[in-house]
Amino acid sequence: MARVLRSIFHPDVADYGQVDRDVLRLLTPIGPGYRALLAVCAALVLAWAAAVGYQVVLAFGVTGLTNPAGWGVDITNFVFWVGIAHAGTLVSAILFLFRAPWRQSVYRLAEAMTVFAVLTAGLFPLIHIGRLWFAYWLLPLPSQRHLWPNFRSPLLWDVFAVSTYLTVSTIFFYIGLIPDIAAARDRTTVPWRKRLYRVLALGWRGSGREWKNFTRAYTYLAAFATPLVLSVHSVVSWDFAVSIVPGWHTTIFAPYFVAGAILSGVAMVITIAIPLRQIFGFQAYFTELHFDRLAKLVLLTSLIVGYAYGTEYFMAWYSGELYERSVFWDRVTGDYWWAGWSMILLNAVVPQLLWIKKVRRNLRALFLISLLINIGMWWERFVIIVPSLSHSYEPWKFLNYRWGTEFWWTIGAFGWFFLLLLLFLRVLPGVAIAELKEILPPPLRGAPAPAATTAVEEEGHARA
Amino acid sequence: MPERRGVLGVFAHLDDAVRAIEAARAEGFVPRAFAPTPRHELEEALGEPESGVRVFTLAGALTGTAAGTALAVWTSLNWPLIVGGKEIVAMPAYSVIMFETTILIGALVTVVGLLALARLPRLLPVTKVPPHPRLTEDRFGVFLPAGEAERERAIALLRAHGAEEVIADA
Repeated sequence: MARVLRSIFHPDVADYGQVDRDVLRLLTPIGPGYRALLAVCAALVLAWAAAVGYQVVLAFGVTGLTNPAGWGVDITNFVFWVGIAHAGTLVSAILFLFRAPWRQSVYRLAEAMTVFAVLTAGLFPLIHIGRLWFAYWLLPLPSQRHLWPNFRSPLLWDVFAVSTYLTVSTIFFYIGLIPDIAAARDRTTVPWRKRLYRVLALGWRGSGREWKNFTRAYTYLAAFATPLVLSVHSVVSWDFAVSIVPGWHTTIFAPYFVAGAILSGVAMVITIAIPLRQIFGFQAYFTELHFDRLAKLVLLTSLIVGYAYGTEYFMAWYSGELYERSVFWDRVTGDYWWAGWSMILLNAVVPQLLWIKKVRRNLRALFLISLLINIGMWWERFVIIVPSLSHSYEPWKFLNYRWGTEFWWTIGAFGWFFLLLLLFLRVLPGVAIAELKEILPPPLRGAPAPAATTAVEEEGHARA
Repeated sequence: MPERRGVLGVFAHLDDAVRAIEAARAEGFVPRAFAPTPRHELEEALGEPESGVRVFTLAGALTGTAAGTALAVWTSLNWPLIVGGKEIVAMPAYSVIMFETTILIGALVTVVGLLALARLPRLLPVTKVPPHPRLTEDRFGVFLPAGEAERERAIALLRAHGAEEVIADA
């Protein structure tokens, strides 16, 4: 009696071999739709590059960035994309440490999203400094004047936090990929892929020595990534909270930003995973149960974000601070009322639908909600940055913001992100092969021993 | 350098592979295992000492903390400009830098540890027996290092434990 167990998360996946066949199907030739999508993304990236080039040649006047709203949508985009990145690390590292058996099939996608979102986010501060070619001034490099960056500045903390995040999440991503690249190497028949995978797999053979060290190193990397992800958006929030701008100078910012980051990131995972499931027929891997769990994460973080919105308004009122009150009143009744209300409705009110199980398991509804949250979270970053700066202290300083070339940077960033993601999905295994096999019941000749069965059932398996 | 000559048994079932490893160890072989996914059963059967990656992780993390502290403190003292009567060395602000460098260098050194201990990147094959492609898919491999003298015994042992394929080096 072989195989009496099936994973409750993947009841339609029979054995290890099926995982390889299904996942590596992603890497076989697909239709012209993919190329068309790739072309659209590439065109957006070119538009972005052209807009940046235009700004480099003609200087900052071509943008809408000026006093008082000098951070404009550059920093809106930066915060938004760093936020998108966070869900990937949550799913790949935090849920790994929590041994959540539903993370395996979605984590690779989420982690790829992390790496590409940080790559997108990182470009914005560079563009935003205006003179791109002086970007190295951000780093603590010796100069003939013995000048060093100011380590008391949150902006410098950010340089350290974001570059560490990019490095560590890229490492974590690649290390996790090695066994799967080895599997792809042994399966593929396409010569260029074989060569590429042979190099990237580093000669991985799945020996006992390799696995033993791999699993330990992976755990430690997850343990590093977990506090790191919480620190990154906290540090980003301190870019704001440490300055004395009304609407920014609050202690709630760090947890508020982290929760918002995870909300937007998980919503992005859902937005990407649903179409992918339909296009590639991945129903056996991205099951309704997976989307149900992801939706619960969205609901939880949405509640935290909603609570933070409430706290901000309460504190503005309760503090009795004139300027603080004025800024918050302006957010919902002033020139940017539409942005203020869309943030509240889309991030805190709409996700409440996810209390209903039927909505969580209805992929059309879930897709729509996740899309609305993505939009809402972009506006949240905008609302935090632009209206606060446009409406601080003295009325003579009030000036609304109008974007110039930043429009193209905003659109282009989506093109860049999806370009990277689309290329990734065609080149490397987009679903974690070895880790999925870990939660599948292993092929056994005999019936599992009673003790082993209990352990297996705890991992999320049930008798078929 | 571990013995690269020997016999590879390919198993369709995990429990067979585990029993083969146990039997081989009882007979004095030093078996090596290959698997498409990490399995504790194999690791326990092999009975090898705990991975040394943790030493690298700890050393890297502590180096990172020290490096971050040194960088922030030394550069501040190198340009001692007092602003608002505040301390030149502002530890609360530097804690962020210290934290980030702890993680950064800790993670990098963990990877160095992994590569060193797992012997990656591997340029020479692990064994003289050519790599079996299904060991990264759905088969478990047990390799018994064996010279001419023990080869027949190793083949018989693997066969007896249900190996569906037994390959000896040429």
